[in-house]
Amino acid sequence: MTTATTATTRVIRDYDKPLWRRLLLTREAAIVALLIIVAVVSAASIRGFGQPITLTYLLLDIAPILLIALPMTLIMITGEIDLSVGSMVGLSSVVTGALVQAGLPFEIAALAALFVGVVGGAFNGFLVTVVGLPSLAVTIGTLALFRGLAVGLLGTAAVTDFPEFWTDLAKAKIAGTPIPVITIPFLVLVAVFVVLLHFTPFGRGVYAVGLSKDAAHFSGVNVERTKFTLFVLSGVVAAFAGIFYTLRYGSARGDNATGLELQVIAAVVLGGVSVFGGRGQIYGVIAAALLIGSLASALRLVNVTSDVINIITGTLLVISVVAASFLAWLQKARRRPGRPPAGVTTTAP
Amino acid sequence: MTTAIPVSSLTKRISGLGRAREFGILLALVLVVTAATLNNPKFLFSPDGWRDLLLTPSILVLVAVGQAIVLVTRNVDLSVGSVMGLTAYLTGRLFIDIPGIPIVLVVIAAVVFGGLLGLINGALVAFAKVPAMVITLGTLYAYRGINVLWTGSDRVNASDMPKDFLALGTGQIAGIPILAIVALVVLAIAAWYMKNTRGGREYYAIGSDPAAAELYGLRVTRRVLTAFVLSGALAGLAGVFYAARYGTINSQAGAGWELDAVGAAVIGGVAITGGIGSVWGAAIGAVLLLTINRALPILGIPDFWQRAVVGLLIIGAIVLDRVLAVRQKRRLIEARDES
Repeated sequence: MTTATTATTRVIRDYDKPLWRRLLLTREAAIVALLIIVAVVSAASIRGFGQPITLTYLLLDIAPILLIALPMTLIMITGEIDLSVGSMVGLSSVVTGALVQAGLPFEIAALAALFVGVVGGAFNGFLVTVVGLPSLAVTIGTLALFRGLAVGLLGTAAVTDFPEFWTDLAKAKIAGTPIPVITIPFLVLVAVFVVLLHFTPFGRGVYAVGLSKDAAHFSGVNVERTKFTLFVLSGVVAAFAGIFYTLRYGSARGDNATGLELQVIAAVVLGGVSVFGGRGQIYGVIAAALLIGSLASALRLVNVTSDVINIITGTLLVISVVAASFLAWLQKARRRPGRPPAGVTTTAP
Repeated sequence: MTTAIPVSSLTKRISGLGRAREFGILLALVLVVTAATLNNPKFLFSPDGWRDLLLTPSILVLVAVGQAIVLVTRNVDLSVGSVMGLTAYLTGRLFIDIPGIPIVLVVIAAVVFGGLLGLINGALVAFAKVPAMVITLGTLYAYRGINVLWTGSDRVNASDMPKDFLALGTGQIAGIPILAIVALVVLAIAAWYMKNTRGGREYYAIGSDPAAAELYGLRVTRRVLTAFVLSGALAGLAGVFYAARYGTINSQAGAGWELDAVGAAVIGGVAITGGIGSVWGAAIGAVLLLTINRALPILGIPDFWQRAVVGLLIIGAIVLDRVLAVRQKRRLIEARDES
């Protein structure tokens, strides 16, 4: 799109600054700082925010967002998008529920749901890479398709009969801490995705594809395979989040997690991933998801309706991107000696 | 689009192809209606069936037309559902707070308010040079949040609004619902504007190649801004329609409509990558989308599967567009090699 070239030059230009400035003056650092401020201020001023139970529920509530945000970050760094994840969560939930209802053991049902995630992700990936369609359009289609399959399979019914062992595990805390068990697979996935993104040729390829598809292609990156892999990863992680969602609420329904895709994308974009691709860090995205979650639970504790969080999420999102553009514009205006402000004579270097 | 190609016969052939795209979607619509009518003649040949066929899609047609204009400029407006919700509530609120307010004034207020919300989107997109998807995702949340704050658990009921206004929602002139007539008039004006005016053609130029449009001297910023204002204003009008048609407005009115609007436009042949498609296509796409919803139960498919069919329809439409585009490209290359 229009500002793709400026985004590229900005990334490159960053390297002429010292390391500490590069680290501290980034979008990600700003989000982390904001997260710390919100956490400290809330803990100091809102009764109950500092209690361990708040952290437990905070993490349980945003676990699906955190999980799906990981592959979404990589997809958006390549400049693509996956809007079908919320529907995939619903479909995976329904597949698990329907198979359990049919008498299969839960473990088999969960495996089948993960397989559905792989197939769904591969379908997205096939349409985007092999047929060559824009991912925004494809995944609006599969958003409707997956949701339709989920609702079609179960109708308005809900399956609530899951083994207690698993439903308890989904809500359980790690012994002696307020941290829920779901954090462990999440941290494992974080490690996997960080290694994948930063320490493998595949991960370098992800950034390269986002910065310039053609340049990536000519430097030996298999653009199509990279994107295809990412869509499959997105599908399978969304399916996993769907299984967790089912167990956490003890209910498999066709309309589970409706609209989750927009919350995930909001967190990813707020966390500093450029929609044009080529730019973004996993820790920024995690911080952004935690920031939204903390704000939500802080507001809930002071009895503000949970919907107000919408305003905050939306406004934060808009301000964060507009502020970045504004700063870039300021910088450019300062660097351009040819157009001095009225009445000021510039001393050209 | 076709401006750069001097060969006139070729230009004709391509515009014929474009016409065929809308024709195809119209054919699909006719097929669905015919099949449903064969199964149950009441689907078309009863006063209620005929009315629903025209009335139900009217609101989405407006939103889809606005969406199509924005999509043509290679942007997207995800906030239309929230804009619609806000203007629908504003409509109800005006009737409650100012008893006896003329209906025309309310309609104007809602359209202007929608346009203002669109202006905010457009200004952020055009001046801050931030992708429309991010901005409108943000305003989707922000506008909906304002709506929730404003409405709370309150609700506007049909009894709060004047009878004359509600009559607009169900009334008919010569057997055609009033809302459908308004939607058709708006559609015709938008289609004429997009096809025949300088402004309309510039949207296509911008969407085809923003950089080239800028170099050519088109006022890209102003055009993009206008596209968002139009989309907001049309969503505002749709909000009034919503209030008149359904009579009940809570804080969730119009939630999720943004994806239906984009879906309708895509089904109708508007390319999400900009520069291609027409508002006619988007409007027919909207009608098809909602007619299928109503036709499925009659065709013996439980309506639970309705969203799955919509999904297949969207995917089918973009695959078809891709095939047509590839074929057209091959033809253009052949034509170039021959000459």
